[in-house]
Amino acid sequence: MGAGHAHDLYRPGDTPLHRLPPQCKLVAVVLFVFAVVATPRERFWAFGVYALLLAAVAVVGRVPAGYVLRRVVVEVPFVVFAVALPFLAGGEKTEFLGLTVSHNGLLGAWNILAKGTLGVVASILLAATTQLRDLLLGMERLRMPQLLVQIMQFMLRYSGVITGEMGRMKVARESRGFQARDVRQLPVVAKSAGALFIRSYERGERVHLAMLSRGYTGTMPVIVDVRASAAQWGAAAALPAAAALACAAAWLVHA
Amino acid sequence: MVETDGIPAAREDGGAAVPASLEVEGLAFAYPDGHQALFGVDLRIGRGERVALLGPNGAGKTTLVMHLNGILSADTGTGRGTVRVAGLEVAKRNLQEIRRRVGIVFQDPDDQLFMPTVREDVAFGPANLGLRGAELDARVGEALEQVGMTAFADRPPHHLSFGQRRRVAVATVLAMRPEILVLDEPSSNLDPASRRELAEILARLDVTVLMVTHDLPYALELCPRALILSGGVIAADGPTRELLADRELREAHRLELPYGYALPDCERCAPQAFVARQSG
Repeated sequence: MGAGHAHDLYRPGDTPLHRLPPQCKLVAVVLFVFAVVATPRERFWAFGVYALLLAAVAVVGRVPAGYVLRRVVVEVPFVVFAVALPFLAGGEKTEFLGLTVSHNGLLGAWNILAKGTLGVVASILLAATTQLRDLLLGMERLRMPQLLVQIMQFMLRYSGVITGEMGRMKVARESRGFQARDVRQLPVVAKSAGALFIRSYERGERVHLAMLSRGYTGTMPVIVDVRASAAQWGAAAALPAAAALACAAAWLVHA
Repeated sequence: MVETDGIPAAREDGGAAVPASLEVEGLAFAYPDGHQALFGVDLRIGRGERVALLGPNGAGKTTLVMHLNGILSADTGTGRGTVRVAGLEVAKRNLQEIRRRVGIVFQDPDDQLFMPTVREDVAFGPANLGLRGAELDARVGEALEQVGMTAFADRPPHHLSFGQRRRVAVATVLAMRPEILVLDEPSSNLDPASRRELAEILARLDVTVLMVTHDLPYALELCPRALILSGGVIAADGPTRELLADRELREAHRLELPYGYALPDCERCAPQAFVARQSG
């Protein structure tokens, strides 16, 4: 276990972007995505502007392009459908890279790909410059129900513990000659999953006892208070504001 | 802090100003499924004493510990008897203050450390008591200092070694400035170096300690006095070395010294042995 690396997406650093309070960054990303989604798909230049904006953010946060691109791969399963669209959709046909495809389908595919990718890249930039822990603090600050924040916080804390337990159970199974070859071995795996569930449930009870023993009364005390100054909100607003301008221009300018 | 409850301090001490850290009288308890775990436990631990609670598995040690801060009580099963912490009775109306006074360190530090960073975990207890800001930070710093974990304040608990996690678990309850520190198997799963480091830390603490353990050498090293809980009653109470030297007593209660272990001379073990007991 390498100390310090909290999760795969985070890139430790000390840039203005890293220092921005998490709630500002969260709001900025959500508003940016709204602007992107609201842009008419035919205004290709607008998407170019968005990409440039994100590139600027990446530069400020010192997140290398390769780092972002490798992580964009997660969107692949979701955009496979987009690739099929030009061939499946009906209507007016058009020539594209030597293939005859549906004009509407092609635009539809572009729409999904461009907007999806911009959203994913924005999220990756957020995750690369914000600790998961701080994201939760930001959500709490933004009045997300405390119960949900607590659940996510415990997930964050205990996912490693439970994965470790799962790994040990696997080793114990295999040390006694078990090999999961086909469906016939499924009952054994299912029973292990059941045992894991019960263990986790019991751990939950023990954690609750430990919390009660230290005076827990149902609400988490606010220990780390992440306040944002007006200047920080202003800095974070730069991205969505620029995107909103581009979006408005895309609606007003008739190409 | 004692007078607030209207219980006169130190009734039986004939004038001593400080009440005992822990007084248990006639404590009996049966779980809702009918299993009777305690059959009338009486014990008294004076302020500043370090006492080991020894006993075989199933003797009722955990049940007793759970009574000390009101996790278990007559409400959660069938029981009678009283527990008082520094003169304050463990009862529903006092629970918040009782849980401040009784700091329990559980056996598995992963159960105890549930917050994302060490600092927040140590702050959890005092924050529940209403501390905020600089006062809270000072309390956290002090507790981490006591267990030598200051440098790890911003680490997530799951990135620490097991021994470090146990030390942080001790800090989480020290931060509440407890009247009595209750340790459940403090030496379990520790490698010899971590075990010794923890012993050094515990020996330095200026707080009443009740240590539940199977580790007899550890009990001897840290606690001048020991209790044996067996079959739901206190079967023996005396200087740790005397109890451990009594072979018949050990065998009657399934207590075993490690192979090849010989009890050291008395001057070498348990500093200030038996002095603390005179008040009790």
